[in-house]
Amino acid sequence: MSIVEVTDLGHTYGTGRAAHTALGGLSFTVDPGELVCIVGPSGCGKSTLLRCVAGLLRPSVGSVSYRGETVTAVPADLAVVFQDYGRSLLPWRTVAGNVEFPLRDRGLSAAERAARVAEALSWVGLADAAGRRPWQLSGGMQQRVCIARALAYRPAVMLMDEPFASVDAQTRADLEDLVLKLRAEADMTVLVVTHDIDESVYLADRVVVLSRSPATVVETLKVDLAGPRDQIGTRGSEAFVRLRTEVARLIRR
Amino acid sequence: MRAGHDRAAPGVTWAHLGLAWLVRRGLVVAGAVLLWQVIASGADNPFFPPPSRIASAAAQLWLSPLLVTNVLPSLARLLGGWVIAGMAGTVLGIGLGRSRMVADYLEFVLAFLRTLPPPLLVPVFMVLCGIGPTMEVTTITFGAVWPVLLNTMDGAKSVDPVTTDTARVFRVSRTRWVLGVVLPTALPKVFAGLRTSLSIALILMVISELAGSTSGIGFQLAITQGQLDLPAMWSWIILVGLLGSVLNQGLVLAERRVLAWHHERVGAR
Repeated sequence: MSIVEVTDLGHTYGTGRAAHTALGGLSFTVDPGELVCIVGPSGCGKSTLLRCVAGLLRPSVGSVSYRGETVTAVPADLAVVFQDYGRSLLPWRTVAGNVEFPLRDRGLSAAERAARVAEALSWVGLADAAGRRPWQLSGGMQQRVCIARALAYRPAVMLMDEPFASVDAQTRADLEDLVLKLRAEADMTVLVVTHDIDESVYLADRVVVLSRSPATVVETLKVDLAGPRDQIGTRGSEAFVRLRTEVARLIRR
Repeated sequence: MRAGHDRAAPGVTWAHLGLAWLVRRGLVVAGAVLLWQVIASGADNPFFPPPSRIASAAAQLWLSPLLVTNVLPSLARLLGGWVIAGMAGTVLGIGLGRSRMVADYLEFVLAFLRTLPPPLLVPVFMVLCGIGPTMEVTTITFGAVWPVLLNTMDGAKSVDPVTTDTARVFRVSRTRWVLGVVLPTALPKVFAGLRTSLSIALILMVISELAGSTSGIGFQLAITQGQLDLPAMWSWIILVGLLGSVLNQGLVLAERRVLAWHHERVGAR
């Protein structure tokens, strides 16, 4: 059974003349343990889709179901990594304090929280930065803090909204590999929204290609790449090039 | 402090800088007092005594029991009114800042109330509360609450939408949302409001004591003026000035501690 099921999802902002339809009725599913990338042209409504899936936005039509139940609020074991890490982290809290913040209302003891924070920070390679403030770190490190915060929360599903769109290319490649590594270790379902075709193919088990706004699903592609992914080997492989060309062609259509 | 920090050359310690700063400030103050002395001595007017005479009056007064019996009540009213205003302003400001609808309804009323000059209310509260500490504290609270209230409202409104989404995603409880996100976001503004309201509170303390009181600095001011003991009157005025700057300095220090993250962050940009 799929863990996330999006059915005929449509959303329109505003009414009358000012109405803007962002999502034009789209359906897809995500299976447990899968890493699915939603890729589509800029401004096609990807973020709206992600907000609906997260339960942050109630869609105008259609529905999102999570473990078979219709989403009306944010599900308990779902975490989101936002594009804008700088605005997502609390500047008055330390790195560790930020990671710990969502655990406060989970009924965990201080020792359990501290253990989870330490573990999550070591997963993302930031054990040494625990006592620093988010704004003292580089953009890539701040996004690692956001990822650690999501991991410490132990979600079944992690949603990522253009997570690496605001970092430089090298950091981006590092973070992509980090997500692949963590996803293998933490047994999570991951849904990544991105506008980057190469990134979607590199990360995903399956790529859902969206059309221009109002977004609909153009095609869903299974990504069959041999062996563990590798920034140089995988991206140079014939299968990768074929898939990215296919995705690019679908987006242009 | 920051300017000093920027200029700090290697080998120059903070103690040096602090001392240099103190000496510079001290020289300016000494210069001003000297100028005042020269002008006042030259004028030779009993209503405008030179600082030397004020100083001797102050020495006498400040060592007498009058100091304690008048400064303590004044200070209690001032701090009482200011603390109540600060707490009420912060709580109401956060509530109003986060609820658009209520804020919209109250917008006109708030705009009207805050434009009333606070001293205007002294006679009103005198009738309502009678003469005494209740009247003074009420006057101070009512006048000093606005800067905190309006600033806090502004600060509470400014929580970033991404931060809001983050808190919703992680299902942060309502209490933690208010105390752990909204309040810290608003805090720099709250302190800005507290600074303004402290000076308003000081003004209202003196005015309410002048108008109707049986103790306090304002009361002594009225008495010494009536007795034409002008050096004593001036020494009370100076006391008010000293009190104001000491309290303000204390608040600045408290803010630096509480908002260390904020100042460092702004400085780091």
